[in-house]
This record gives sequence, C-alpha cells and structure tokens, in this order.
Amino acid sequence: MTVPTVEREERPAPATDDDRPAVLDVRGLWKVFGQRAERVVGTPLATLDRAELKRATGCVAAVRDVSFSVRRGEVFVVMGLSGSGKSTLVRCLNRLIEPTAGQVLLDGEDVLGYAGKRLRELRRHRFGMVFQHFGLLPHRRVLDNVAFGLEIRGVKKADRLARAQEVLELVGLAGFEGSYPDQLSGGMQQRVGLARALAVDPEVLFFDEPFSALDPLIRREMQNEVIRLHHEVGKTMIFITHDLSEALKLGDRILIMRDGALVQMGTPDEVVGAPADDYVRDFVSDVPRSDVLTLRWIMRDATPDDPLDGPELGPDTVIRDAVRTVLSARRPVKVVRDGRLLGVVTTAEVLEVIAGAGGQS
Amino acid sequence: MVAVSAPVTRRLPSRSYLTGAVLLAWIALWVLLNGRDTLPLGGAQLTPLHTRFGEGADVIDANRDSNPVFLYFVNYIRLFIDATVTFVQALISQPSFGRPVPLVGWLGVTGVATAIAYLYGNRKVAVLTAAGFVSFGLLGLWEESMDTLALTLTAVALSLAVGIPLGVWAGLSDRFNRVVTPVLDFMQTMPTFVYLAPLTLFFLIGPASATVATMIYAIPPAIRLTAHGIRQTPPATLEAAEALGVTGGQSLRKVRLPLAKQTIVVGINQTIMAALSMATIAALIDAPGLGKTVLKALQTLDVGTAFNAGLAIVIMAIVLDRVTSAASRRVEIAHRTGRSGRRRLRRMETAATAVAAVVLVYLSYTYVWAAEFPAGADLGSYVRRGADAASGWVQETLVAYTNGLKNAITYALLNPFEALLAGSPWWLVAVVAVALALLLAGVRASITAAVGCVLLVALGLWHDSMVTLATTLVATLLVMVLGVVLGVWMGRSDRVDRVLRPVLDAGQTMPAFVYLVPILGLFGATRFTAIIAAVVFAAPVSVKLVAEGIRGVPHTAVEAATAGGASTWQLISKVQLPMARAGITLAASQGLIYVLSMVVVGGLVGAGALGYDVVAGFSQYQLRGKGLAAGLAIVVLGIVLDRIMRAAAARAGGSSATR
Repeated sequence: MTVPTVEREERPAPATDDDRPAVLDVRGLWKVFGQRAERVVGTPLATLDRAELKRATGCVAAVRDVSFSVRRGEVFVVMGLSGSGKSTLVRCLNRLIEPTAGQVLLDGEDVLGYAGKRLRELRRHRFGMVFQHFGLLPHRRVLDNVAFGLEIRGVKKADRLARAQEVLELVGLAGFEGSYPDQLSGGMQQRVGLARALAVDPEVLFFDEPFSALDPLIRREMQNEVIRLHHEVGKTMIFITHDLSEALKLGDRILIMRDGALVQMGTPDEVVGAPADDYVRDFVSDVPRSDVLTLRWIMRDATPDDPLDGPELGPDTVIRDAVRTVLSARRPVKVVRDGRLLGVVTTAEVLEVIAGAGGQS
Repeated sequence: MVAVSAPVTRRLPSRSYLTGAVLLAWIALWVLLNGRDTLPLGGAQLTPLHTRFGEGADVIDANRDSNPVFLYFVNYIRLFIDATVTFVQALISQPSFGRPVPLVGWLGVTGVATAIAYLYGNRKVAVLTAAGFVSFGLLGLWEESMDTLALTLTAVALSLAVGIPLGVWAGLSDRFNRVVTPVLDFMQTMPTFVYLAPLTLFFLIGPASATVATMIYAIPPAIRLTAHGIRQTPPATLEAAEALGVTGGQSLRKVRLPLAKQTIVVGINQTIMAALSMATIAALIDAPGLGKTVLKALQTLDVGTAFNAGLAIVIMAIVLDRVTSAASRRVEIAHRTGRSGRRRLRRMETAATAVAAVVLVYLSYTYVWAAEFPAGADLGSYVRRGADAASGWVQETLVAYTNGLKNAITYALLNPFEALLAGSPWWLVAVVAVALALLLAGVRASITAAVGCVLLVALGLWHDSMVTLATTLVATLLVMVLGVVLGVWMGRSDRVDRVLRPVLDAGQTMPAFVYLVPILGLFGATRFTAIIAAVVFAAPVSVKLVAEGIRGVPHTAVEAATAGGASTWQLISKVQLPMARAGITLAASQGLIYVLSMVVVGGLVGAGALGYDVVAGFSQYQLRGKGLAAGLAIVVLGIVLDRIMRAAAARAGGSSATR
C-alpha cells in the first residue's frame, strides 16, 4: 500500500485545548470499488469527481483521500448523507473492506499491513464494532451473543459468561440473559450489540449508524446511554451517523463527508459557527445555534465604553446556558479565560443569535 | 398456450404465420409421403450400433475382475456399498449371524423408529410412526418394508455424507456453485430409469447399483438446500462476526451452519423422499423390497397384491415425510427450550425414551414373538381381496366412461399425433423440428434440434422415438390443460389452494409405482395408461407453478382491471394469464421433463416404443445394447425439448425461465 502522491492540503488541526495523544491516525485513505481500482489513486483520474470517474473507468470512489486522527478517549463522529462513503470509511479502519490506498496507524503502526492471524488478533482484542442492523445470532441466547467475541478468542466458558453478565448489567439488560434476540425490541437488541462489542474490552469502538433503525424516542435514550458509557468506560469511539443532531450531541469532533471526500472537520461549534462551504452551511442551517455555539463565537472586543464590572463566564460556555446570566446582568458579561479578558457579551449579541436562529448564515 | 400481447406485436404475427405455414406444409407433405423413410425397427431387431453397445457391455462384464479401474476403484465402491446395505439388512430385515431372524425384530425397530420420531419430532408423529410400522407387519409385508427401509436409509446416509459437505462448499464458493449447478440440473432432469441399466454394468445387479441409482436421484436436493442455507446467512451477521475476528472455520461452525440448520433439515427431508421413491423404482434392477413386490404384481396384472404393497410404500412415505417435516419445524423451536429447569426435564425425557427403545430392542433380540411379526393378524389378504374386488367392480361399472375417455383421447389426439410424427419421412420431421425451433426459440435451439434428430437416427431408434415423442407431447398437453385450469383456480382462491395443495403434495411425494396400480386397473395395459400415469406424475408440479405465477401477478394490476370493470373471464384472460406467462412456460417445460421421466414406467404398462426398449433391455440379454441406445434416445429427446422450451420461454416471457 503506498501513500498517494497527489498533492493535498494539510489541514491544520483544529484549535482546541485538547492534546491527548492520537490513537488512530488515518492518512490519505482511498477506497475505489471496481475493476483495477488501484490505477485510479495517484493519477490524474483521482482528480475527477465521482460521476466523471464512473464514466471514465466504471469505478466508484467511495472514500477519497481522507485523513484524520482520533485522540484517546475521544468521541469522533463521521457524518454524511447516504452514499457519502462514511460506512465504507469505518469499514476500512477495521478492514472489513480493504482500502485501496492510504495508511491507518494504530498507536503508530500501520494496520493495513496486517494479514491473517494478526488481523484477527487486532479485531479480537483492540477493535469493537456496533452495527446498524445489530448482526446478532438468532440461534443464541442474549448471554451467548454477548460472550461470542470472547468465545472465538478461546476464553473459557465460565469466564466468558461471567464477563458477559457483567457487561449486560452495564448496558442495562440484566434479567434478559436467557432471552433470544427476536424476543427483544430493536433498542434492546442494539444494547446486546453494544454489550457484545464492549465485552472484549476493545481500545477503539466503531459505531456504524447504530441507532438509525430505531424510533426517535429509543434513539435518544440510546444516545444518552452511549454518553453515559463513554463517561464510565472512557473508550475511544468512532461514530458514524447521518443525523446532524446526533453528531452534535455525541461528538467531541465531527468529520463531515460528501461524495467520499472530507468537507470539514472540527468541534460541533466550529461546524455550526463556521461552515466550510455551502454544503455544510445548508446542513447546519436548521440547528438552533444557541444550543451549540459558545460565547467564543459571539463575544466582541471590549470597547473603552464598556463597564467591566459584570459577571464572568468562560469562552466555552454554550450560549443557551449563558442566556440567563447575560439577560439579567444589565452590564456586559466578561468572557474570561485564565484570568485574561477575551471579550464581552451583551444582550444584543445573545438576542441576535436567538432571534436569527436558522435564519442567518 | 397463452396469446402473447403487447410490445412486440410488430414481429410476432409474422412469426406465428410462418409457424402455421410450416405446420400446414408438414401436413401436406405427410399426406403425400406417408409411410416413406420412417425408419421403423422391429421389437427384436437390432442395428449394428446396438450390437456394438451390447458387445461393449460384454467387454465391461469380461474385464470387471482384471481392469485396474474396476479392480482398485469401482469394485471397492461396490463391495463397500453392498456390505453396508447387507449390514443394515442384517440388522432389521434379513436372517443373519446364524439366527433365523434379523438382529432387531419388529418390536425393536418400531420402538427405535418411534423413539427417533418422538425425540426429533413430536408426540403426534411418534404415534403415526408406531402405527405405520405396525401396519407394515399387519399388511404381511414386514420383511419387504424393512428391505426398502434398509436400502433407503443406506442411500440417504451416503447421500448426506457426500451431499452436505458439497453443499457447504457450494454455499461458500461461488465458483464451485457455478460448476455444480448445471450438473445437479442434469442429474435431476435426466429420466431416472435411463441410468439404471448403465449402472448395472459398473456395479452389477443388486444393492450397490440400486443404492448408487438412488443416490444420483437423492443427492441434488441435499446439495442444493445446504448451499442455499449457507448462502442465506444475513450479511450483517457475517460482518459482525468478522469484525469480532472469527476465523473461516469459526464463521462456518458458529454462524453459518447453525443458521442454515433448518434449511438443511428440509434438504434432508427431500433427500429421504427422493431416495424412497427411487428405492422402489430400483426394483427394476433387482433391488430388494416393496418395489419388487409391486413390480412382480404389475407384470402379472395382480392388482390386489400391487395395491397392498403400494399401500405400504405410501405409508412409509407419509411416515418419513411427517417425521422429517416435524423435525425441521422442531429445529426452529429446539433452542427455545428456555431455562435450565426445562432443559433438565428434556434431558430426562430423552434418557427415558432411549431406555425404552433399548428395552424393546433387547426384547426383540431375545424373544421370537417380538422378533417375527405375529402371522395371525393378516390384514394384507383382506386388503388384497378388497382391492381386487374394488378394481373389478370399478372396471365393470366405469368401463363405459373410462373407455370413452380412453378412446376420445386416443383417437382425437394420440393417433393423429403419432401418425404425423411417426408416419412422416424422418428428414421431413427433422426439417420441421429445426424450422419450428428456429421460429420459436432461436438459432441455438434449432442447432440443438438438428443435432438431436441426427443422433436419434444414428441410434437406430427414430421410429420408436417419434412414437414416444407423440405420447409425451399428448401427455404434456393434458398436463398443461390441467395445470392452467387448476393452477388458475388455485391461484385465485385461497380456499381451493388449501384443499388442493395437500393432494398435490401427496401426488409429488408418492413413489411413481404406487398409482400405476389403480390406473392399470382402470385402463388396462395400453399407451393411454402410460399417458395417464405420466399426467398424474407431472400435473402437480405444473399446477403449482401456474398457481404461483397467477399469485405473482401484482395486486395493483388486478385491482386496476377490476376497477376498470373487467369481468372475471376478462380478468383471467387479459391480465392474469398474460402476466403469469413466465410461470406458465416454466410449468410447461417442467411438466414435459416430468412426463419424459415416466417414459420407461410407461413401457412397463404397455406404452411400447422407447420405454419398452429400455424395459426389454433390463430383462433380455440380447437386447441390452438396444436398451442402452433407447435410454440415450430418451436423454436426447429430453435435452432437445428442454432446450427448446427454455429458449422459447425466455423469448416469450422476457425474463429467464430457469429454476
């Protein structure tokens, strides 16, 4: 596997105060489906857009030159509409789909070179995955489904069942050990899928649109469950979704894909506050901005006229949470970090965001 | 058949005019040339090719104990299979090990069978099994039934031992699946009787040939359904397992096989049914058992005895079918036994059932009363006399109707067809066949037709082939009339479907020999009897396929026509039949294949021609070469007709008419 020689712009890492080490580093990843797909990468063909490439070669570029890195303990969301290549992307990471070109570095080691036993060991011990359609074994009890990953690893029966029981309790399914998957609701089945992935105690968890098949109420419940589990077990998670509100709710950072290529990558407030192009702007236009944006996005520099004896708030305070303070303060609220004054926020700025929600862009 | 409508109207009329012109020209020429160049061959006459076939068979016979292929390969297979069958016979049917009775007597066999039915099926089928096995004894056919069962079980065991691994392979490998599918198609379309004679050349007359013949017929469903089950595994489940890091073996053992289990059991059911029907037919090559009893009775026109043995075959078929069907449903529920308490209960139940079976086996091993079925309760003689009386009564009473039907079809359809096909010069028929194939099915089919005609002439059996073809076409026509009428009725009404379907199922699972008996009783040994037997055999498949096609017509189309004010007849003729075209052509081609596979059976009941040649080849040494040639001629007819039908179906239906 070679790194493509195509010129590409190195995107600067988004400005954030987070400097945890990268667990997973993806560089120049390509996946092209079709006959002799490898001829596309690194040639002028690679610059064609999807439809042109399809016409010229019959190949479909599902993932085009995507690079990103995921930090330990982070929830990294990949978002895009159907056909944007996000599910292919995540499958390239654990090699359910073989990438055409690029690198996937896990703790600095390229897993694309792995084969056979090493690849299986990687999947058995370090990666876990939750699927949209659950992929449970209908002929096994819930407990045996959860223990399946340990079983194929060769863990003794008593041990694996004990561990499976533990994880079932963690995902709130205690009491359903003896049930069969088709006796459970969709949400509960996905809890089983989640438990199965957690049971092997992986370093990285992949979620492939895990809640798309669930109804909205259950979906919200499951999202909260993921947040809770993330607090409890602190796994690195890579989460695929087509639902923007889900992405904003769960993601520490969000990568937006279109037609296989990366469009924008950043924190939720960066995506909403500074859309990279019209596509993303369109996407986020319905989001209530006050729920996502922080004071950093609306503060203005203090002018000499501003009285500086108002209350202080941090720059990462979400606007919604600051509304009460700002409206009741009668004076500009100071945005302060580490004792340094970054700017001020007044009623005018807050009202503009709330009144213009969705309208301005 | 069905009027083809719509988009190709521009080309079709000219083609149908041409077809009509070809047929008219044929009839005109037939009037002129009737009886010339028809290539007839008398019953005992041979061509040099037949003599050479016979000599070839002699050469195989002579070298059986010296040729290395036989010495180190074929003979071992034969010995192994013979030994296996003999062993199973020694267990349950034949006196053995210096005992006057088999190792396990009737009580033991009944006990074990009932226990198996109970453990793998349910209480109901266990009772059915016990009653069925006892009835074999009551009919006075215990030993014959056990011989049939021994042969069937051996063939099934070997078929599954070969078929399931191959099925798994075909399920996993697309390439192997592509290779094996046409082979299975061929194994299933080839008329079963045709390969009996060649098999005896390799495996001699007796259990080995019978078992191999049975296996050829019974393996395809095992392979097909296993492969289908393996392929059916949901991709999401496979992907999830792969993401967890399963090896290939783990994925097969822990994911694919358990999920395919129910489909595989359905395959086992079909394999058993196919094996049973073939094991009775294998009586033609001296396979022991009920088939032999039926065959002997057919040859002496002893309706009573044939009916009695036929009844035993039907009972065995019902028992085997119900038990395996219950077992396949059981698989679905099996893992749902739930909590451990019930599991323990289940284990105790299993142990108790097994102990009871063992006790019965021990009793039947030790005591004569449990070993030999008590002769006192001889229901068989009543059945025989009853059947004789009933058949006599029916023949006397219904003779007017049956003769009427027989004569109507013979004079109105069969004789003209036969006169036209067998009375025209061979080259005329060949030209007509090629022309029709070209018009209806295309260039490739016409080449097949040409090659087929040449082969039939070369085999020296042109005239016999044409007589057989006439019978086959008439039978197929009747099958299609039945198929369309009943199929449309079934497809339109759920109630009719509920009533007819079990009857059709029974018709399909019943071994062909069985219904020969009453038909023979009604119509005597004539060509017409052979036609009726073929129709009974082939109609269920065609009816089901037509019904499926009618059901497959989109609901909205029917609704739209109804809303537009179409009458029932308009609805059927203008919407449902045209839209079910693909299903109907498939029904026709399947019906034809089934009819053709009954040609040899027809030979047993008076159809003459190719069927008779094959049967005569079994029994008379000097005719064996001709019998082989007749078998080949049937295969040639089958392949040619099948190809033409399929190509015509593909052309007419637009969609491919493959199975």
